[in-house]
Amino acid sequence: MPTVSMTVNGRKMSGECEERTLLVNFLRENLGLTGTHVGCDTSQCGACCVHINGDSVKSCTMLALQAEGAEITTIEGVADGDNLHAIQEAFRDNHGLQCGFCTPGMIMSALDLLKHNANPSEAEIRHHLEGNLCRCTGYHNIVKSIQAAAAAMGGTP
Amino acid sequence: MTGSGIGARVRRKEDKRFITGRGNYTDDINRHGQTHAVFLRSPHAHARIVSVDTKAAMAAGAVAVLTGKDVADAGINGLPCGWLIHNKDGSPMKEPVHPVIAFDRVRHVGDIIAMVIAETKNKARDLAELVDVDYEVLPAAVNAVEALKPGAPQVHDDVEGNLCYDWHLGEREPVDAAFAQAAHVTKLDVYNNRLAPNAMEPRAAIGEYDRASDEHTLYTTSQNPHVIRLLMGAFVLGLPEHKLRVVAPDVGGGFGSKIFHYAEEAAVTWASKVVGRPVKWTSDRSEAFISDAQGRDHHTHAELALDKDGRFLAFRVSTVANMGAYLSTFSTSIPTYLYATLLAGLYATPAIYAEVKAAFTNTVPVDAYRGAGRPEACFIVESIVDKAAHETGRDPAELRKLNLIPASAMPYQTPVALQYDSGDFVKNIDDALKVIDYDGFPARREASKKKGMLRGIGLSSYIEACGIAPSAVAGALGARAGLYESGEVRVHPTGSVTVFTGSHSHGQGHETTFAQIVCERLGVAIENVEVVHGDTAKIPFGMGTYGSRSLAVGGVALHNSLEKVIAKGRKIAAHMMEAAETDVEFKDGSFRVAGTDKSLGFGEIALQAYVPHNFPHDELEPGLDETSFYDPKNFTYPNGCHICEVEIDPETGVTRIERFVAVDDFGNIINPMIVEGQVHGGIMQGIGQALCEDCIYDEAGQLLTGSYMDYCMPKADMVPFYEVGTNVVPCTHNALGVKGAGEAGTIGAAAAVINAIRQATGVEDIQMPATSQRVWQAINASAAKAAA
Repeated sequence: MPTVSMTVNGRKMSGECEERTLLVNFLRENLGLTGTHVGCDTSQCGACCVHINGDSVKSCTMLALQAEGAEITTIEGVADGDNLHAIQEAFRDNHGLQCGFCTPGMIMSALDLLKHNANPSEAEIRHHLEGNLCRCTGYHNIVKSIQAAAAAMGGTP
Repeated sequence: MTGSGIGARVRRKEDKRFITGRGNYTDDINRHGQTHAVFLRSPHAHARIVSVDTKAAMAAGAVAVLTGKDVADAGINGLPCGWLIHNKDGSPMKEPVHPVIAFDRVRHVGDIIAMVIAETKNKARDLAELVDVDYEVLPAAVNAVEALKPGAPQVHDDVEGNLCYDWHLGEREPVDAAFAQAAHVTKLDVYNNRLAPNAMEPRAAIGEYDRASDEHTLYTTSQNPHVIRLLMGAFVLGLPEHKLRVVAPDVGGGFGSKIFHYAEEAAVTWASKVVGRPVKWTSDRSEAFISDAQGRDHHTHAELALDKDGRFLAFRVSTVANMGAYLSTFSTSIPTYLYATLLAGLYATPAIYAEVKAAFTNTVPVDAYRGAGRPEACFIVESIVDKAAHETGRDPAELRKLNLIPASAMPYQTPVALQYDSGDFVKNIDDALKVIDYDGFPARREASKKKGMLRGIGLSSYIEACGIAPSAVAGALGARAGLYESGEVRVHPTGSVTVFTGSHSHGQGHETTFAQIVCERLGVAIENVEVVHGDTAKIPFGMGTYGSRSLAVGGVALHNSLEKVIAKGRKIAAHMMEAAETDVEFKDGSFRVAGTDKSLGFGEIALQAYVPHNFPHDELEPGLDETSFYDPKNFTYPNGCHICEVEIDPETGVTRIERFVAVDDFGNIINPMIVEGQVHGGIMQGIGQALCEDCIYDEAGQLLTGSYMDYCMPKADMVPFYEVGTNVVPCTHNALGVKGAGEAGTIGAAAAVINAIRQATGVEDIQMPATSQRVWQAINASAAKAAA
């Protein structure tokens, strides 16, 4: 089996996997980073969103081998030790999660939005979440959480 | 009360692990030496299994390939149904065998043919392709109404005409007599579309067998691990409870679909002993669409009789419910006792009669999905009330208010078995009308018209029966289980508290709400309370979470244990302070002797309970750990009014939800933030049913909407912010005064949306989901009719 190496959450990591292994499965099974979830098999739900070289990517849409040498951030790498990121605080403050399964993908996707648009409108947030499904919250408090995070991160509400 | 007690918007204790990626869902668990299972599933809706040849898969390295024959040889029984329904003539329903792995016939696409176990999931998937199955394809019964007609394909040889049961509720004669006197009769035909529950976490299960202790452990995505232990242990595999542990760790949403005992749970538990290693299975989403129980799928004809003043005289309903291929755990109770009993809605209709035929078909089994029977009932009632208003030229809000059961009539006995305990239904409607500015609607409609758009407003007033259920009542109606809940309060020597609850949280936030009840009553800080759930090895017993029952049943069990803790603490305090027990008060975390300055903190009492140097040993045992089982006295009846306002583009048929207002009565509220979240999510699922979600089977029984490419899941841009409020009328028969909030949104929302579309388009026959195509066709058909 081939070996693949990448930097995940600031640490160099490598592992052996079959060529057909999806990145999400490599993260979960080889690296034990189970915060990234699998909610579908057609790349619609967004539960597996991670950042690869700064871009938000559904990690079920690429092979682990394609991530050779990449810089990857997963949900486990968002907080600074015990200090939560503003977006994590915002999700908690605004009840932006219920069962928590879609949450890692939502947070990674929302961070990507705020990187490109520090002060998104409600409509822009809702449009951006097109690729992230949540069955619990009706999206209401997720949108509120992202608005609050934008404000906390420097955008004006 | 501390700042974290009842009524406080406490941030959730469980969130930290979820927002940092440290949740512990079943698929996150890996056991030492585990193998991986893949289920080979039938591609045909109905076929005879001529042969299953596993030799090639075994030769290519499978750890094991287990088939229906292996299941039969091992003496494993079929999956049980938990609710016995009786026919009109008193005879029992038909209960065909539901094998863990199909033996001689497959009855739906997704029925299990074989379990392939290998070292990796990919390998198991490859090997499953080597299993050679010879099928003789049979014609399929798909539509429930068609399945009951003579000559339909037979799903089970021992179920003549595919009829599971022919059941009824209420008295027919007074209803027919009232119809004969009616000034107006409104008729309605509705198909309540079949839905896929789609919790975001796909189901998963890991079986593990310990040869040394002869103990089995099952990790599973369940809403009720004790129920799984009972059903699987006692009925399917023959394993006694003390040798079987079921763990349901973090569960990523349930919505009913994770109540049921599924074949895969029994299969991995059994197989782990067969192969001598843990066996893990995780469903794919596509697999979930053909193996998770689905919801709804009712064909209904309803008739409402009104007098000349618009008062409802009688209501009669005839429904055909699709059971799918086999009876899932609670399937039979959904279109009966959780449906027809709610057909009174909020109205003082004096006579109601309902009959329900349940049909087997070659489709995925149908069971409880959020609301479970009650959304179907609400949709019928609220649709026909609107239609009656339109037909008789009355305002829909006024017609509702004319017929509502007044608050002064509580408790109110309906003609369909339930006794409502409390509620102010008129206030719900008035509050909701005010929030949405009902009086301002004509002006808004005019403004839309100027833009070339259609605007509509729709009401839906719902009531639901939750907190299931008084066990004796449920038992008399055919439930094969009690429906109480347990709650244990373990006070530790230094005064911190662990709660063990039989309720199960899969998003509802029990770790916070239940802790708030402890804070309120014992005066301890919320960080000193831990709530444990989801493990049969830790919890005394539990019936689990469904039917909005956690707080109204599990919460009350917890409350009762807290009262026992306080009662024992009072005795200890009286002894320590040399006072009469009756003189000792407990308030804000302290035991005080009334009229003196003597007091002891709760922590001091806890310490004395475990270091009993100055302790009433003659009267009490040491320790401070109390358990209660609470069996509810009645159902609880959450109720409310939902109003939806839509704008429709007649050129495209696209419906936009402009406003959505909900005023709900959930009784007392422990954490308003969590309750609002429950309502938001419920509303979205109701809107999903109304506008886009649909399980569509073709004539051969193939599910055409079997992935997120085809099954339309509601997305963030389909809705505005919801406007939710509450109208608190405490439940009269439980100690917390709570009613439950989990399903309300889903129950009320769909009818509000569809009524709004009906009003906007002027077309009564709008079926769900009201996709843009359907709405466009309705508008154009109506325009063509008007022009003709």
